[in-house]
Amino acid sequence: MSVIFIALPVAIGLALSALLVFIWATRAGQFDDLDTPPLRMLHDATARDAAPHDRTPPAG
Amino acid sequence: MPASTLTAGSPPPRASTPSAPHSAAIHCAHCGLTVPPGQRTADDQPQFCCAGCRAIHHVIHDCGLEAYYHLRDAQPGEAARIDPHDRSYAEFDNPAFSQRYCRAEGPLLRCELALSGVHCAACVWLIERLPRVVPGVIEARLEWARGIVSLSWDPQRVPLSRIARGLASLGYEPRPARGGADREAHRDMERRQLVRIAVAGACAGNAMLPAVAMYGGLFSGMDPVHESLLRWASMAIGVVALAWPGATFFRGAWAALRTRTGHLDVPIALALLIGGTAGVVNTLRGIGEIYFDSLTVLVFLLLVGRFLQTRRQRSASETLEALFALTPHSARRLRADGATEDVPLDGLLPGDLVEVRAGETIPADGRIVSGESAIDASILTGESRPVPAIAGQGVHAGTLNLHAAVRIEVLCTGEETRVGRLTQLVARAAQRRAPIVLLADRIAGWFVAAVIVLAAATLLGWWSVSPVRAADHAVALLIIACPCALGLATPLTVAVAIGRAARRGILIKGGDVLERLSRPGRMLLDKTGTLTHGRFELLHWTGPDDSRRRAAALEAHSAHPVGRALAEALAENDDPLECANPGAGPPQSRTCAAAPDVTCVEQHADGIRGRVDGREVLIGAPRFIRRWLSESEAPLPDALHRSAAACAERALTTVWIAEDGCVVAVAGLGDRIRADAAPAVRALRDRGWRLGLLSGDHPSVATATAAQIGFRADEPVIGSASPEDKLHEIERLMAAERGPIVMVGDGVNDAAALAAAHVGVAVRGGAEASLAAADVYLNRAGLEPILEMSELSVRTMRSIRRCLVASLAYNLFGVSLAAAGWLNPLIAAIMMPISSLTVLALASRVNLHPVADSSAVSPQASEAPAMLPVHAGRAPEPSPEALPCP
Repeated sequence: MSVIFIALPVAIGLALSALLVFIWATRAGQFDDLDTPPLRMLHDATARDAAPHDRTPPAG
Repeated sequence: MPASTLTAGSPPPRASTPSAPHSAAIHCAHCGLTVPPGQRTADDQPQFCCAGCRAIHHVIHDCGLEAYYHLRDAQPGEAARIDPHDRSYAEFDNPAFSQRYCRAEGPLLRCELALSGVHCAACVWLIERLPRVVPGVIEARLEWARGIVSLSWDPQRVPLSRIARGLASLGYEPRPARGGADREAHRDMERRQLVRIAVAGACAGNAMLPAVAMYGGLFSGMDPVHESLLRWASMAIGVVALAWPGATFFRGAWAALRTRTGHLDVPIALALLIGGTAGVVNTLRGIGEIYFDSLTVLVFLLLVGRFLQTRRQRSASETLEALFALTPHSARRLRADGATEDVPLDGLLPGDLVEVRAGETIPADGRIVSGESAIDASILTGESRPVPAIAGQGVHAGTLNLHAAVRIEVLCTGEETRVGRLTQLVARAAQRRAPIVLLADRIAGWFVAAVIVLAAATLLGWWSVSPVRAADHAVALLIIACPCALGLATPLTVAVAIGRAARRGILIKGGDVLERLSRPGRMLLDKTGTLTHGRFELLHWTGPDDSRRRAAALEAHSAHPVGRALAEALAENDDPLECANPGAGPPQSRTCAAAPDVTCVEQHADGIRGRVDGREVLIGAPRFIRRWLSESEAPLPDALHRSAAACAERALTTVWIAEDGCVVAVAGLGDRIRADAAPAVRALRDRGWRLGLLSGDHPSVATATAAQIGFRADEPVIGSASPEDKLHEIERLMAAERGPIVMVGDGVNDAAALAAAHVGVAVRGGAEASLAAADVYLNRAGLEPILEMSELSVRTMRSIRRCLVASLAYNLFGVSLAAAGWLNPLIAAIMMPISSLTVLALASRVNLHPVADSSAVSPQASEAPAMLPVHAGRAPEPSPEALPCP
């Protein structure tokens, strides 16, 4: 049963890392707008032909 | 289009046709483009410009979806009052504008624009393709639900005005998105809520790990070292859950205690505090019960319930945002040299001269210096009749200039204008409104008292047996009495009810609306647009048919709204477009063979005069006709006299038609009453509502409408009500009467009243500002949704009560066990999820089926929806007085 001394911290550590990822995602705005991305998904495939860096103007 | 044409390198046939001289261009039945000659067929089947359009048309046709074409063609006409191509958006390039709305990101600029007319996935696609439409735009990201696009562009390559014109050419009229700070605050609040839920969820899940192990140890025994590890781990997790996400409840309870109001946070915080303290003490002592698994799950579930509820609610700041949108954000200022320049509204000063073209909104309060037009002031006054505007007359910002360009001297701008003061009025009214004490919160006060009394009784009862066990049992009672299910009941039921309502086209802003509406009170209805359709229509006609045709031909030249309504209605029987327009060329079809020949048209402020088929025709207000016929003094025939009197009785706008010096016909125009108004009013009264009518229209119109709908004599009918009058009436009734005061309206002039009333309901087709100020927005035409909403709130409250009873029963059971000393953490841990699941199951049972279910609930209610057409907007309107007399 002494494995619990390792298993318990590991379990909590896993939960903690998932929590940190979730908090990061929230703060990065991943959950701000839940309506548009499902719509955007419908036509994202066709947008690939114009990658953002192609459209970036020359600096200056 | 055949592929061979393209491979051969020749231009597609469509491109060559517009220049080809064809007397009548044939348009594609699907896309509306001109059909190239090679694609035309000889029969009178629909014609298509290419094979693709033909295929799509046949698919639509075969599926029975022809309505698509009607919907597609119907929509732009209503929405587009201003031709977007007409505007330069030069004010977007003004430095003041950039400073206020744009921010720099390296060499690029970023700005948020609010767009009108964003509806569907295709809109997202189209708008986010803006970088291809306008070179120099780097990125366009649309927030679909709010219709706000976030733009990033290179100011060296393209000015913002060019981008704005690009958006306008796509059909989305842009305006700067104000209230960015409020939106950000709201967003941050939602993010914090999510993080709290995440922490609470992680804690709840992990508190279960040691808890389950310890429950196993209850039966099989456990090594003390392992047990103390598990207890310490539980405590660590539990303390995090209580101190971080759980702090919400402590803050809520503290605020409620300070203001001495009942709030459900008080018993929750009490249980969390006592449970947490007892758990920490018992962990340190190494003996006694700890309850951290139950407490962490409790925090998690309650936070989820609240999040579901708030996610459904909209932020209050949207109100003012929408009111700001009423006034244009730029004005066309006249410079000293006579040229015009577009300036942002902030740059406009009193004393400036501005030009306002037909169809544009007036930017500031002022006085007309030159020009003659008519003003649609319904936004401020609710008066559906247009007001003639002549030099010297005062005009208000936000009203619409209807048919000719006028020059206006600006007297005041921004917040000092009437619409600006209205904005402040709405803000104040919304602030003043006292929040309702929800049923669950009213119970909470009694609940706390009962729990403390029971805990004290338990302590005293067990004291004689053993002081230590007495304390343990009292603590267990306080923890098990935590109203978890009680706290979930309201948010869950409300979230479910709001979701169900939204699917039926009733958008509800907050849960308290349902609680307020569950008891009948007084409902005040606005006339224009709520009980009526809100536009001018021909409701009465007495006169011969050929005069009717001549009048239609003459009025086709009129730009006056009354004239336009008349022309549309009169020409309905004829072929309206081609016959009424003699300038279109020689008659082409047999219906046009008899097209009247209109010459010498003279437009006056209150009438129109011209020669039609050789007769001199006058159409206008009675005083206009009398002025022209003064020499001959043509007497009004008896039949016409009676019909004019009938029109006056119904408070219709009367128009006389005279030909060659004789009055030959009388027309009555007015705002048609909705077919479902009278049944809805009866049904509301059956449900116990007292009614009232508040209108900005002339009192005679208001009274006549009320009489036709069937208002009773004791129900207040108030006409000529300004926005301030409406607000005062609402406030007077709120002070004088018991029960909720509900305001139903659609206009900006109702916004303050909507915000002040216990419940403000905005109806479909209303102004954006009224939608934002209201608590409920009805997305379906007609008054039927109001009945549904009333039914829904009754059912929701019934469901909430059921949930409360169930959760109180669980609490009672738990408290009895604790008082008897039979409670242990395992029983608590099992009871809590069961009680929450019960509440969840009960809450999801709120239902809203208009006819089928309501019969089972209350006998009167079943009649009401059945009497109404299900889609009132589509149904034929059979009211006999609405049909023109032959």
